[in-house]
Amino acid sequence: MSAYGISLVSIAGINVILAVSLNIISGFCGQISLGHAAFFGAGAYAAALTMIATANVPLALLAALIMGCALGIIVGFASLRVRSDFLAVTTIGVNFLFVGFVRKQGWLGGEMGISGIPATGFGATGNAIMIVALACMTIAFSLYMSRSWMGFAFRAVGEDESAAATLGINARAYKLAAFGIGTALAGLAGALYTFFTQFITVDSFDFVFSVMLLAMVVIGGVGSTWGVAVAAVGLTLLPEAIRFVNDYRLLVFGGMLVLVIRLAPGGLAALTRNLFARGKRV
Amino acid sequence: MYYIDLAVTGVSFGCMYAIMAVGLTLVYGLLRILHIAHAAVFALGAYVTVLVANASGSILGGLIAAIVITPLFGMAIYRLLYEPLLKYRPDVPMVASVGLLVLMQDAFRVLFGEQGVTFRQNSLSFTTFDIAGVNISAVQIAIIVTTVVVFLGLHLFTTYTRIGVGWRATVSRPQIATSFGIDPIKVRYLNFAIGSALAAVAGGLVALLNNLVDPGIGFVVSYKALAIIVLGGLGSVQGTLVASLVLGLVEAYGTIFIGAWLDRDAIAFLALILLLMIRPQGFTGVRTA
Repeated sequence: MSAYGISLVSIAGINVILAVSLNIISGFCGQISLGHAAFFGAGAYAAALTMIATANVPLALLAALIMGCALGIIVGFASLRVRSDFLAVTTIGVNFLFVGFVRKQGWLGGEMGISGIPATGFGATGNAIMIVALACMTIAFSLYMSRSWMGFAFRAVGEDESAAATLGINARAYKLAAFGIGTALAGLAGALYTFFTQFITVDSFDFVFSVMLLAMVVIGGVGSTWGVAVAAVGLTLLPEAIRFVNDYRLLVFGGMLVLVIRLAPGGLAALTRNLFARGKRV
Repeated sequence: MYYIDLAVTGVSFGCMYAIMAVGLTLVYGLLRILHIAHAAVFALGAYVTVLVANASGSILGGLIAAIVITPLFGMAIYRLLYEPLLKYRPDVPMVASVGLLVLMQDAFRVLFGEQGVTFRQNSLSFTTFDIAGVNISAVQIAIIVTTVVVFLGLHLFTTYTRIGVGWRATVSRPQIATSFGIDPIKVRYLNFAIGSALAAVAGGLVALLNNLVDPGIGFVVSYKALAIIVLGGLGSVQGTLVASLVLGLVEAYGTIFIGAWLDRDAIAFLALILLLMIRPQGFTGVRTA
């Protein structure tokens, strides 16, 4: 595979992990988050610092995982205090706070970012294989979870918190768990991104990217692991596929986003479900 | 004197935020949609203002043209984009709204260039007054005066006219309002028309303040106005005004005192998060359950 193909696969794999992990928070548990890029970034920075200090890949992965999870649980506590749209805007705030903070920190490279991060030693192909493997594991984990008791509890909390409480489901604990798990996976994706680029700047983790991740979840079909994974790959490849319009890329991208939502508001998951349902009737 | 200067900057920024955000508050209050494309309407208002002003030589003419054109655009957004999506989860119309913003921003770039458009004559932005040692520009005064007029006007409209009362009734109890013979669909159009006209006013004034309209002009509105309407208690016009002024002042003083650790946007959102932790329903929101 060409170097270009390998980098595309790597980015698609990272985005799959991010979108599927956001789907655990926003899809399963119903807590809209517009700050997922902050946890992605926190993981990337944690991995970068660990790699520079120790050049130990498993340790960097672990550091990123813990960093994302810790930050996610802090924000999770906020989610216990504020609801729905208040929460959405609070998470936007978390994203801006993260970017604004990192930008002013000399020890995190400030505006210039961190460069010269040691390589993993697996080569570009090895990295891509690791990314794809972890993406598959994330999908498998998400599929397993949606069928487990925990997934059921998440959905109950997402549908109606007070009804869930009458079933004896501790809504607070499950919301925290959803944030903790989702953001730990985002941190993991951050470490993979660091391995992939070996150079990070805070601009890669801004609010616009968070919005893009939520778009992947909505276009895939909120709560559907497969739909979200497919949408993540699709939205990663789309800008590459429409390269021929070059100067009008964003124009076409925005237009397609509007069209897709307008024509399939339930996302890819609902679209395929409807197709199958129609097929059966005929 | 320095602190008074900061206060003037803070209040004028606060007023600017207030007119940027009030249209968004109106839309949210009625439809519960986070209307991010409000930023696109704002940018459209700014572009119409600068283009018509340059063509006709009259800044006032530009502003009036913007106030006439943007409501049509706002109503079209409602009809074509939001109405079919209202029955879905709130993040569905929101993502559609983001798509529209991306589309519009790039359309402005393609049509009018990356560098943006400047006013050919903008005497307003270069006139400054010295009031008891405090510097204030004519545009800042215009922004503060406009904010007072807009909020006072909205208050009078919703308190003393039949249409205004019907509007308020639809916002608070749509079903009961319908049973009293108010057409909720007409109210929605009215809502988008007024909200968009206000966005255009804000866009025109910001264009004058910066003396530049570039494709990214609306971006700051897309997130900061959201922060403001949330802080104001979502759907409350008075809350929006208070929240805007608070954020304007926090930013003005914050950049001086903690600017070394956080940038301007981060300071605003730090204040937002802290205040929301204390009052989860915003300044004027009613506490529920």
